[in-house]
Amino acid sequence: MNMLEVQNLTKSFGSHQVLKGVSFSLKQGEVLVIIGSSGSGKTTLLRCLNFLEQADGGSISVGDEEIFNASGKMNLSDHAMRDRRLHFGLVFQSFNLFPQHTVLKNVTLAPTLYQTAQLKKAKAGRNAIKEAKAAIETQGRALLEMVGLSEKVDEYPCRLSGGQQQRVAIARALALNPDILCFDEPTSALDPELTGEVLRVIRSLKDQGRTMVVVTHEMEFARGVADHVIYMADGIIEEEGTPEEVFGSPKSEKTKAFLAAGYNR
Amino acid sequence: MDFWGVIFDLCQGFSVTLKLFALTLVFAIPLGFILAFLSMVKFKPISFLTKVFIWIIRGTPLLLQCLLVTFIPSMVFDIPNKDFQSMLGLRTMADLQFTFVLIAFVINYACYFAVIIEGGIKNVSIGQHEAGKVLGMTKGQIFRHVILMQVVRKITAPMSNEIITLVKDTALARALSVIEIIAIAFEKVNKYAVLSPLLYTSLFYLAFSGVLTILFHYIEKKLSYYSV
Ligand SMILES: Nc1ncnc2c1ncn2[C@@H]1O[C@H](COP(=O)(O)OP(=O)(O)OP(=O)(O)O)[C@@H](O)[C@H]1O
Ligand SMILES: [Mg+2]
Repeated sequence: MNMLEVQNLTKSFGSHQVLKGVSFSLKQGEVLVIIGSSGSGKTTLLRCLNFLEQADGGSISVGDEEIFNASGKMNLSDHAMRDRRLHFGLVFQSFNLFPQHTVLKNVTLAPTLYQTAQLKKAKAGRNAIKEAKAAIETQGRALLEMVGLSEKVDEYPCRLSGGQQQRVAIARALALNPDILCFDEPTSALDPELTGEVLRVIRSLKDQGRTMVVVTHEMEFARGVADHVIYMADGIIEEEGTPEEVFGSPKSEKTKAFLAAGYNR
Repeated sequence: MDFWGVIFDLCQGFSVTLKLFALTLVFAIPLGFILAFLSMVKFKPISFLTKVFIWIIRGTPLLLQCLLVTFIPSMVFDIPNKDFQSMLGLRTMADLQFTFVLIAFVINYACYFAVIIEGGIKNVSIGQHEAGKVLGMTKGQIFRHVILMQVVRKITAPMSNEIITLVKDTALARALSVIEIIAIAFEKVNKYAVLSPLLYTSLFYLAFSGVLTILFHYIEKKLSYYSV
């Protein structure tokens, strides 16, 4: 069964149609890499998956649950919305860490708030809440260790390098244990010498069996990590296939031109 | 002239000044947040009306607003000030005058604060809201745990300017016969035919704004433990 099934997603901003019907699916533990030139709609696609934008048409299913359908009524309560969006995690290009909180608090804040609210609703006692908080903190430390930052738990984000900040952001997204973790050009805001540490973390997540959707311009990395590659152009999937197919023997002229040009920032 | 007697009376006057100052802050800061939210509401008529209101208040003198407020019960609601006083459970006419001044001050300062707060909120990058959203936080949680402290930090400097101005604006209360420090100082000047009470009065103000300046400096330093 597919972990993620996206069908015919469309999205316009005013009269400008950015997504013109995008469909794909992803199995558990697979990594999908999306490449494409600037303005082709990659970010918009990820934002629709994470409910930062609402698609105009199409549907999104995770497992056997349809979590979005443009034709259905989407008048969900804040609460229901939240549970649906938690199927996904998103790592931003610009990290968006919370500057006033320590690294550890960045990771634990959202799960703590979520769990506390759940426990209070279930009328759990003070001790249960305390235990849950402690467990979340332990998990947060473990995640930070996994991304190689156990020394930085008490630092503030501004004291970290870009690569370290992005790794914190990854740990933060993982703390909610999303079914599908999305990355929007996770290394584009980094100095070239810092991209490696972030890409290594993503690579190790793949080895742990995380299902991921990665938008990137790092072609070599894409080729190595992807199970499936989508080349987007102008709001549609111009070409897709295994990395060998798309990078090795692209069929579409557009794909060929894109890959030949390399990516120029 | 009885020096200590004068100082004692000035202290009493200054306590009225401080009371007006403190109560204005206590009410104007929350109201400032409310007005800031209202002026950012997506529903246009509300945000528009709020903005117009803020524009009017900021565009007219505080003294005029103080005077206007005293007429509202009698002219708009047809309640004589005497009845209004007992309605509010105030003992004296002086308390009523003080209340009028306080209302005008709260509204006036809330509008100035609202503009600063709105600027502070808008200044927090949209990415912070989005990060909170994708982590499944509710709007309220995002505001409380992510946005608020960043706003507080951004507005500390402009707010401290306004608050220091408020210290000095309290002198306007005298125009509505609130017996604050300047009123008492003038009384002493007339009584003893010396100017020194005015000098002492200015020292009161200087000392107080000095303390506030140090306090705000300290707060700003405390909040600048991170850079953005
Ligand atoms: N909120 C918005 N309002 C209006 N237009 C938008 C908005 N967001 C994106 N667009 C437009 O949608 C198009 C696709 O944008 P998108 O950010 O999805 O592209 P992208 O593939 O991620 O590009 P890049 O490689 O530069 O990140 C662009 O033309 C952009 O100007
Ligand atoms: Mg993009």
